[in-house]
Order: sequence, then C-alpha cells, then structure tokens
Amino acid sequence: MIALTDYLMLGVILFCIGMAGIFLNRKNVITMLMSIELILLSVNFNFIAFSRFLNDSVGQVFVFFILTVAAAESAIGLAILVVLFRQRRTINVTDFNTLKG
Amino acid sequence: MKFVAPDLMPVLPELFVLTMSCIVLVVDMFLERQQRYITYWLTQLTLLSVAILILSTPAVQESKLAMFGHYIKDTLGDTLKFFICIVSATVFLYSRDYLKNNELFRGEYFVLGLFGVLGMMVMVSAHSLLSIYLGLELLSLSLYAMIALNRDSPTAAEAAIKYFVLGSLASGILLYGISMIYGVTGSVDLQVVAAVVSGKHDHDDLMLVFGLVFLVVGLAFKLGSVPFHMWIPDVYQGAPTSVALYISSAPKLAAFALIIRVLVYGLGSLQGDWQQMLIILSILSMMLGNLAAIAQTNIKRMLAYSTISHTGFLLLGILSGTLEGYSASMFYSIIYVLMVVGAFGVVTILSQSGLEIENIRDLSGLHHRDPWLAFIMMTVMMSMAGIPCMVGFYAKLAVLQAVINIGLIWLALIGVISSVIGAFYYLRVVKFIYFDEIEHLRRKQSLEISRDVKFVISANGLLIIFLGLYPTALMTWCTASLLD
Repeated sequence: MIALTDYLMLGVILFCIGMAGIFLNRKNVITMLMSIELILLSVNFNFIAFSRFLNDSVGQVFVFFILTVAAAESAIGLAILVVLFRQRRTINVTDFNTLKG
Repeated sequence: MKFVAPDLMPVLPELFVLTMSCIVLVVDMFLERQQRYITYWLTQLTLLSVAILILSTPAVQESKLAMFGHYIKDTLGDTLKFFICIVSATVFLYSRDYLKNNELFRGEYFVLGLFGVLGMMVMVSAHSLLSIYLGLELLSLSLYAMIALNRDSPTAAEAAIKYFVLGSLASGILLYGISMIYGVTGSVDLQVVAAVVSGKHDHDDLMLVFGLVFLVVGLAFKLGSVPFHMWIPDVYQGAPTSVALYISSAPKLAAFALIIRVLVYGLGSLQGDWQQMLIILSILSMMLGNLAAIAQTNIKRMLAYSTISHTGFLLLGILSGTLEGYSASMFYSIIYVLMVVGAFGVVTILSQSGLEIENIRDLSGLHHRDPWLAFIMMTVMMSMAGIPCMVGFYAKLAVLQAVINIGLIWLALIGVISSVIGAFYYLRVVKFIYFDEIEHLRRKQSLEISRDVKFVISANGLLIIFLGLYPTALMTWCTASLLD
C-alpha cells in the first residue's frame, strides 16, 4: 500500500522541478510554460491523493477545474508568445530586457 | 434523488455581468468600425446598472450563502462590488479617447474588461477556496490578454509575457497552499475550514503552516508586495496606459477582499502566524517601494513603485487583526483606487495626438497648458503623499492608528518615515507641473478633452478634497460593511 506521504513527496518533487525550470531556465520561454504546467500538475496530484485518503470527492472536482483553467492559461500564454515572436524573431528569455529600472 | 433548483437571486449581479459580456461580445461582431461606440456604451450601461442593482437590493441583516456554499452575499461584498463597478466605468471613460487615438478602440478591450470585472466580483463574494481560485484566474487571464492587446508595441508583448509567467507561477503557489489546507481540513468551504482550524489545539501542525505560507506568498504575488513585486513596474510601463489604468485600480479592491476572505474569515485563528509574515511584507513594501520610486524618470514606473508602497500601508491595517484595522484597510484601498484612477487618468487624458506621456518631465509646464487638470494632478499627488486636508492623509492616519493600538509603535514609525521619503517624489511631480517650462515638442500641441471626461476627472479630484475634509461617512460605511 502506498502511503499518503509518498504521494505528497512526489507532488513536492514535481513542484520543485517546475520551480527550478522557471528560475534556472535562461533559454526558452516554451520551457517556462511547460514548468508552469508541471507545477499545476503537482497540485493536482496533491488534490487527488488527499481526495482518495479523505474519502471526499471535492478534491477531484477541484482538479477538473484546475485542468480546465490550465488549458485556457496555456492557450493565452502561447498566443502572447506568438505576438512576441513576430516582433522579436526570438523566444530567448535573456533577450526580453527592454523593460528595466 | 430530488433536484433542488439553486436560489440564484443572490448571484444576480454576477449573472447580469456574465450575460451582458456575452451580449457585448456578440453585438460587437456585427458592428462596423464607425459604430464601435455602441460597444462602449453597452459596457458603460452594464457597469452602471450593476452598480444600481447592488445598491437597490435591500440591505440584508445576515449574510446569505448561494451556489452550494461557494458564494456568499454580504454587505462587505456588496460595498466592494459597488465600488468595483463605479471605478471600472470611470476607467473605461478615461481610456475611451486614448484608445481611439491609438487604434485600440476594439470590442476585445471592453469584453475582456467586463470579464475581468466579473472575475473580481466572484473573488469578492467567494465563500470557498474553489470560487476564489476561479475568480482570480478569470481576472488574471483577462489581464494577460489586455496587456498584449497592442500587438505592434514591442514593450506590451514583453510586459504581457513577464506578467503571464509570474502570474501563473503565483497561481500555482496559491493552489499548492490551497491543496495543503484542503488536506488538513478536508474541505474547501471557508466556514468549514475556519471551524476545523480553530478546533485544532496544536497550531504547530506542520502541514497547516506550510499551506498558510504558500497561501500568503500567492496572495502577496497577486497584491504586488515586496519581495514578490517584480512584475508591477514592468507591466505598468509596458502596457498601454489605459490598460495600466485598469490594472492599477479595481483589481486592488478585489485583492483586499481576497485577503480578508482567506486570511481573516478562513484562517482567522492562525492570526499570530500570518501577522508576522504580513509585517515583513509590509515593511519591505513601504521602504523599497518609496526608495525605488525616487530613482524613476518614467511616470508609469514611478506610479508602479508608489503602488507597491501603498500595498505596504494596506497590509498594516489587515495585520493588526482588529475590526478597526480591517475597516481602515478597506478605507485605504478605496481611497488608493480613487487616487490612482485620478493619477493614471490624467496621464491617459494627456497622452494625445501621438505624444504619449512617458517621462515625468513630459508633464512640465502643465499649469500653463491646462490649469484645471494641473490642479487635479496636484491634488492627487498631495493626497498620495499624505498631506493633511487631502484624504490620503486620513487613510494613512487610520491604518497607523490601528497598528499603534495593538502596540506595534515601531512599525508605525517605519510607516511614517517611509511616507516622508515618499513625499519627495510626489512633490517633484508638482514641481514639474507648476515651476517648469513647457517642453518644446508639446508647445504646439493643443489639448482636446471631451466634456464628460472633464466632468468626471473634476469630480474625481474634488472628491479627494471633499473626503479629506469629511472622511467619517465613508469610514462608517466601511466599518458597517465589515461588521457581520
């Protein structure tokens, strides 16, 4: 039997990978979008695990909502990326530095 | 199993906004370019009728739950929703001519704006962590798209992607906190969460504190307090001025409601824990916001740092944990929105005929070009600096008093010191307006301001002075709406 803590540990690991992907990544914005997705999935993992061990369905319903919102979110993110690529011809993170101060 | 139709009456304002935004979206499809003003007027009609709808419903003595406990109708929600609608209507009015001049007068701006308002209303009335998340996302997604609306501007797209990445990260962190709270309490309903948390005897429950930390970080990101403020200056500077006007105003009211709902109503018994976190956030915000604003030459960036320092003051009232403090914070947030709408409003109105107001220097000699607008800008700046007679002074006084009353005199001192530092850059704007020569480029530019815009911006400026002399009525209103 896999214990609740094991699921939570997996969630933490996924969350940390996502975080690292955002902060250590100096190359590509697409990687950032993937990292954000990973963070949301780690949250989903938590919810499902809690829902299973608490015998309560609210957690699973919450996951449905998160999945839907995440889909909308990445659609908007990619749309912004397309606009940005049209102007700059690059999606390199270090090139986005016109706003400073 | 019996099907029970949900009581939809409490949700009427939200349903109205939702229906109207869909109607505006469809109507806009069939309009010609010259008929776009219909979209604008439909939007204004929606916002004003919702404001009237909220005011006209008789004040209920006790709060009412709807949507299976995910939604609450109470006086706090009604008051904030009223202000959100009025402020957003004002924002659309100020930005109308700017949008026309910059080829941005499109239906999307208004539809996204309305959906943002809907998101804010859901946040304000949320009674479960689920509806809080959904309202927040509805607002954020609309904002991401609005910032990138000007596809030809190189800064707008960059600001949008920065805001998008940091905003989604914040949502992720907030959600992680919510999942922890759900794991501990077994519910997302704020009432149940509050009951379970206060029933726990050992407040050192690791998972609960863990969840709380993530929640506070997520909220601080959304509110924009130091050290989670990096997106604010970039977004304000990069976005079209009218969008910066929108972002800086009504969402702050919603963010205030969000903090009250989550930290006070939901996790009120953990006050000792979140108070310390909020103290750190507020000290850093007040100091860093005011110090960094001094170095700015871009007016939108300066206003962004001033926003950061104001969120620090806003947190002072909340962290005091008393009714007096909460109402002082609510008063502060309403007054802040009034001031920032005035400041960004003047900047938006003045950005005419291809000449944007980008730098503070661009305002120089405004007194000779339009004395009345110059006077309003001076009022707003003095109020933000907290000079007596203006309402900003009273708002600062109220939050500082709340902090002193719980014995944190040193914190109040830090607040006063940072506000004195802040006075420098606000008064510098006044100096440019009144004592400097008009820039060569702008000497020939004639200002054309529509009559309705002029009327509302005058009312905005005069309200700041009027409320500075008679703040009691609004303060009583704030206290009364927080009572139940």
